[in-house]
Amino acid sequence: MSAPAASAAASSPDSPVAPARAAWRELAGRLVREKPLGAAGAIVFALFLLCGLLAGALAPYGINETHLAHRLEPPSLTFLLGTDQLGRDVFSRVLHGARLSMIVALLAAGFSTVISVVLGLLSGYFGGWVDQLTQRFVDAWMVFPGLVLLIGAISIVGPGLGQIVVILSLLYGIAGSRVVRGAALGVQGQTYTLAARSLGARPLYVLWRHVLPNVMPVVLVLFTTRLGAVILAEAGLSFLGLGVPPPAPTWGGMLSGDGRTYMYVGPWLAIAPGLSLTAVVFAVNVFGDALRDLLDPKMRGIR
Amino acid sequence: MRTFLLRRLLAAIPTLLIVSLIVFFAIRLIPGDVIDLMLAQNDIATGTDRARIEAALGMDRPLVLQYVVWLGGALRGDLGTSLWQNTPVTAQIAERLPISFELGLLAMLVALLFAVPIGVYSAIRQDTAGDYLTRSFSLLMLAIPGFWLGTLVMVFPSVWWRWAPPLDYTPFFADPVANLAHMLVPATLLGLSLSAVTMRMTRTMMLEVLRQDYIRTARAKGLSEGVVIVRHALRNGLVPVVTLVGLQAPILIGGAVIMEQIFVIPGMGLLLLEAVFQRDYPVISGVFLVVGIAVLSINLLVDLSYALLDPKTRRA
Repeated sequence: MSAPAASAAASSPDSPVAPARAAWRELAGRLVREKPLGAAGAIVFALFLLCGLLAGALAPYGINETHLAHRLEPPSLTFLLGTDQLGRDVFSRVLHGARLSMIVALLAAGFSTVISVVLGLLSGYFGGWVDQLTQRFVDAWMVFPGLVLLIGAISIVGPGLGQIVVILSLLYGIAGSRVVRGAALGVQGQTYTLAARSLGARPLYVLWRHVLPNVMPVVLVLFTTRLGAVILAEAGLSFLGLGVPPPAPTWGGMLSGDGRTYMYVGPWLAIAPGLSLTAVVFAVNVFGDALRDLLDPKMRGIR
Repeated sequence: MRTFLLRRLLAAIPTLLIVSLIVFFAIRLIPGDVIDLMLAQNDIATGTDRARIEAALGMDRPLVLQYVVWLGGALRGDLGTSLWQNTPVTAQIAERLPISFELGLLAMLVALLFAVPIGVYSAIRQDTAGDYLTRSFSLLMLAIPGFWLGTLVMVFPSVWWRWAPPLDYTPFFADPVANLAHMLVPATLLGLSLSAVTMRMTRTMMLEVLRQDYIRTARAKGLSEGVVIVRHALRNGLVPVVTLVGLQAPILIGGAVIMEQIFVIPGMGLLLLEAVFQRDYPVISGVFLVVGIAVLSINLLVDLSYALLDPKTRRA
């Protein structure tokens, strides 16, 4: 593990804050210099994040504000991306859709990564029957296709923003624990971990102080790849009518339901939500790939 | 070879058991008021009352006993009865499974026909404009949601040329041409999105193989480049690709749900969606169990094909 974050944290146990910041800066510098495309992806993703954050201020109209005299109008200066069958401004709805997508992405990718880390570290560090039991469960869990599992889970807990975040976190968290476990297995045989253990350090201390910093690159890559996956999964669920219920402006929802019948009259309705979705997922994937190449060459090609 | 097979088969049994546990106990998580909701949704339907639903879900007996009864039934091919239609779940699945199977097979075919030649091309012409183009395309295919692609294919040809993909399902044996005409568009879309990863994998593997000594030897012998690529490189490079195609089965099944919904194909995906919207839990758990078994079997087949293609793994 020669990753900057890891080596910085390991070399100066007394003041981990300043070197950590330097490591982040170094990583950002390498990203821009060695992987300009990945850096561009990060910028595009940040722009979407900003759109989501400022949706309320940027959107010219309210999300459910109807203009009955202007139903199904093509894009114009008044309605940048046209209007839908109820006379709602598509541009405003796409902006607010970005907000929903970003909320789901950050929360679900974040929680799922935490779940992966906890499960993966415990499984990899303790080994034995804990590991066996966890891994057999993960095996069985991964048998189910992601979307199918999500659909089944929604059938039990019902649709809604909170439910979706929880389910996505569980789905990707459990599946991702494999990756963290593998990394933790590699670290736990290292001399410094053994030294800490033989000095009588408690397991939680060793995990927190030695194992976690050294699997951090893997965790970071995991988090970024999850962002794209989670956005796509939420959109797929909303498309199937199992996501955040209408009239919430989800990108997936805008492409399904009532809107579909009107797309033949107003084809612009079919463009903006899908294009936004593709752009943000493309950007975050490119960024994730670049990050993986920089931090963890061994993970290349795994998705 | 036989011990290898046997060991893999045995290793699948605990996984299958845990799969059945997950499927079974997930249904127990249904909150009680959902049953009231189910009754309200279907009040005029069949005179179903609360007790009947609870009995059909097996909620009227102790948990462990329920599981044993359910598992015993499943082993005999009895997955219970649909809550709203008086048909056995197994019969419904038997009717829908071949349709999804056909869609999946066609999609896989499209994916391979598309991904392997392009992946090989990309590897041979590494770092040329063509290579960059195909790699960007594969990255793009990973980002485009299938349902958007499907929507575009439905909407724009109809707006521009007054043509839309057919949406009427015809059984294959009734009219193969009509059946394939209906399946063609969704299978192609599904195959294209699958091909993204396969293409990347083919390229990576070919690059690795092309650097090997035996390729240099083959070239030094004076073999034509075509023979070197197809006979020597491709055959070795494809082994991991086969594994990957198998590992993509879950992605394929997930994507099929979306395509079946858009193109009105009455397969397992549509069955699952219908069941979810009607809260028909016996059907949902049945579909889950069958999907789980299907994926496990595919994994097993992948292991087997791996052993056949690469003799080194046979003894492992």
